[in-house]
Amino acid sequence: MSTILEMRSITKEFPGVKALSGVDLDVGEQEIHAICGENGAGKSTLMKVLSGVYPHGSYDGEIVFEGETVRFGSINDSEDQGIVIIHQELALVPYLSVAENIFLGNEKRGPLGLIDWNDANHRAAELLERVGLHENPMTPVQQLGVGKQQLIEIAKALSKKVRLLILDEPTAALNDTDSAHLLDLLRALRDEGITCIIISHKLNEIADIADRTTIIRDGETIETIDMSEPDSTQDRIIRGMVGRDLENRYPHRTPEIGEEVLRIENWSVDHPTQAGRQVISDASFNVRAGEVVGIAGLMGAGRTELAMSVFGHSYGRNIRGTVYKDGRAVQVRDVSEAIRHKIAYATEDRKRYGLNLLDDIRHNISSAGLRQLAPGGWVNANEELKVAEEYRESLNVKTPHVLANVGKLSGGNQQKVVLSKWLYTDPDVLILDEPTRGIDVGAKYEIYTIINKMVAAGKAVIVISSELPELLGICDRVYTLAFGRITGELPVAEATQERLMELMTLERDQPLPTKESIS
Amino acid sequence: MNVIAGARDLATRHLRESGIFIAFAALVILFAALNPNFLSANNLTNIILQYSYILILAIGMVMVIVAGQIDLSVGSVVALTGAVSAVVVIRMGMPWYVGVLAALVVGLLVGIWQGFWVAYVGIPGFIVSLAGMLLFRGLTYLVLDNVSLSPFGGTYYEIANGFLNGLLGGMGFDVFTLVIFGIAVAGYAVSQWRSRQGKIAYQQQVETLGLFVLKIVLVAAVVMWFGYQLSTYRGLPLVLIILAVLIIVYALVTQKSVFGRHIYAVGGNRHAAELSGVKVRRINFWVFVNMGVLASVAGIVYSSRMNAAQPGAGNMFELDAIAACFIGGASTTGGIGRVGGAMIGGLIMAVMSNGMQLMGVPQSMQQVVKGLVLLLAVAFDIWNKKRAASAR
Repeated sequence: MSTILEMRSITKEFPGVKALSGVDLDVGEQEIHAICGENGAGKSTLMKVLSGVYPHGSYDGEIVFEGETVRFGSINDSEDQGIVIIHQELALVPYLSVAENIFLGNEKRGPLGLIDWNDANHRAAELLERVGLHENPMTPVQQLGVGKQQLIEIAKALSKKVRLLILDEPTAALNDTDSAHLLDLLRALRDEGITCIIISHKLNEIADIADRTTIIRDGETIETIDMSEPDSTQDRIIRGMVGRDLENRYPHRTPEIGEEVLRIENWSVDHPTQAGRQVISDASFNVRAGEVVGIAGLMGAGRTELAMSVFGHSYGRNIRGTVYKDGRAVQVRDVSEAIRHKIAYATEDRKRYGLNLLDDIRHNISSAGLRQLAPGGWVNANEELKVAEEYRESLNVKTPHVLANVGKLSGGNQQKVVLSKWLYTDPDVLILDEPTRGIDVGAKYEIYTIINKMVAAGKAVIVISSELPELLGICDRVYTLAFGRITGELPVAEATQERLMELMTLERDQPLPTKESIS
Repeated sequence: MNVIAGARDLATRHLRESGIFIAFAALVILFAALNPNFLSANNLTNIILQYSYILILAIGMVMVIVAGQIDLSVGSVVALTGAVSAVVVIRMGMPWYVGVLAALVVGLLVGIWQGFWVAYVGIPGFIVSLAGMLLFRGLTYLVLDNVSLSPFGGTYYEIANGFLNGLLGGMGFDVFTLVIFGIAVAGYAVSQWRSRQGKIAYQQQVETLGLFVLKIVLVAAVVMWFGYQLSTYRGLPLVLIILAVLIIVYALVTQKSVFGRHIYAVGGNRHAAELSGVKVRRINFWVFVNMGVLASVAGIVYSSRMNAAQPGAGNMFELDAIAACFIGGASTTGGIGRVGGAMIGGLIMAVMSNGMQLMGVPQSMQQVVKGLVLLLAVAFDIWNKKRAASAR
């Protein structure tokens, strides 16, 4: 196997921080090369150096691509050489069509400088065929799901005669089916001669697809593992990433379950804009003090919709059903009422729904419980700072100061800020929607530890997740949700991934299994 | 850390805020050097009287902008409220305070009207206030029957043209004015000291005592010098008192109250605010109501200063107020901005206009310069943000 890319002792410094110190990376021709590392390890910085976001001269070291030393001054330079990067946050324009997006910035112009759209659409259709996406190239991108948008990004890369494709967390937002499709596509592209670098936190995915894996920790290359070797286990990768053994990916907890705290009965919710379309049908579930309850469901099953409609009717309309808090029926018609009844909801989409990225950590932590700091309507700024510092310490938010902007934190630390914010409202029930999405292994463990501390303090926790091993690892009981219906309830001892998946894929018209047949 | 290093550290960390102060100071020094009359007692008084209504508008505007909205109608509201007050006082012969009250009520109703459309119907503030700009201008013409009404005279005239002086006698300067300024400086020092003590009690880092004293002395010196200048002319302008009270109240409301903090939360991330229990619609509604009331205060001050209500009054005021906010560091997308910044931004505009007028720069050129300053101020802000981002 010949080498297509060699990065030699790359060092990149920011004022006061050494982001990369002497990183080496060898990528072979026609291989799928995974890069693993915790958030902040330097993966993204390395890829930015490679793609020319950080131009030649702003870093030390050498990049050899296809046998030649290259010096990229911008992204355009690297794209000219066939290096294309697809970022985690997709860069598609929602209102433009598939074809327009594919050729955006790369339009083929005719003699008058005009674009021949028939030709463009035709070529777009060919590219879509290659990535296995059966959509009309004139469809506006916003009508397509994330999985399909990801494929359009790849089609866009293919239109640029890509030799080396870099994907940053390509499956983070995808469900299992879409992920599997994407990984198949990468294999097919490899066989066509395209080399891939994939950055991912999903270790099973890496084990599945990568030919070799390079581990980066604290800005240094730890090792490159040939994935065909027998000892290339997930544990070995984790050990390399965190620099220590994680005896267990889920911290141990002895459940001490108390009284029922929250019960939802016959909960039905309609779609906010499409009249008559029921998103949640007749769902009932409960959670007790000291208990972690999981809600498992595929994307689109209505997990977030269920949680948000319970949390102060934040989603949907024509909401029917009853919320019982500590055995008493209560009204939660808006978020402040929900907070008053000591219910908290930490969103799956931190950046859009969870944080004010313009503001500092301190103000974000106090934002939901601000009234406690302001008995007379005036905020006690000193007390606020103290509270923020306390949470920074107890949840181990890694930041030089709580006055730092929250947008600058890594995903794991942002999630800790979101959890701090809700813990400060002193809730009895916490609904955590995908609490570990986009978070690296080490930080995940910390989040699980925080969840354990919450239930140890007598709180009830509901975890919504699409990662079944996670639910099985941390929950006491799991509900399955499919097409807006609760299709099953299993104590964790009786639950397996297969059993859960079966219940999660139960079609709308299939009869629900009876209690007896489940257990 | 010695005093100078401490000051430098403070200035570099707060380049965004301190940059605007430095620019303001540089402008003042520049005009003072170019024209000896610029810092005269007469001219300083003039600047306050002439731009007070823009500053009052900018207070409300910065809150609207922080909430992620914009209000283009304030110029028309200034005209409408002045007109209503003129009809009440001049045409109907009612006492001055009835005129003031009528103007405030009209401002309140305007605010409720616009707040309703923005908050509860969900129309962007840009559109609602663009409509309001035409609507209230038209109503002004209707109320005034297309003619100017003047003069107010009496107490109403005194609101923007009156001075407090002679209450404690004079010795070539007005003692009363100096006493008020002295009280203000003492109040400032005490509040700063208490805030510092509070921080120490919470074991937070504070500037060294030397730096703290230096800061207080500097502020006190500038303020007392300004007060002395006023006292050698006609004393304390009533408008300055109104303005000072508004600035202090609104600086506190925006920085320290739950309501103020919710405005920042809504402007910073509306969805996150909503999911944190902030009643977003209510916040938007009250921000516009507040803007309406402050526009009516500006309308009262302006009509009083003109001693008349004219159908075309307040034209383009909205742009001056908006420019003041952006020069003062407010973000065009909401979530960032301060009352203090907007005031400095407004003063920069005021000092530039006034300074250029004194130098006899033609009106056309003044507009060119003002436009460029607005552009450069925002460009500086963007450059500064990039610098901060790359310094991570």
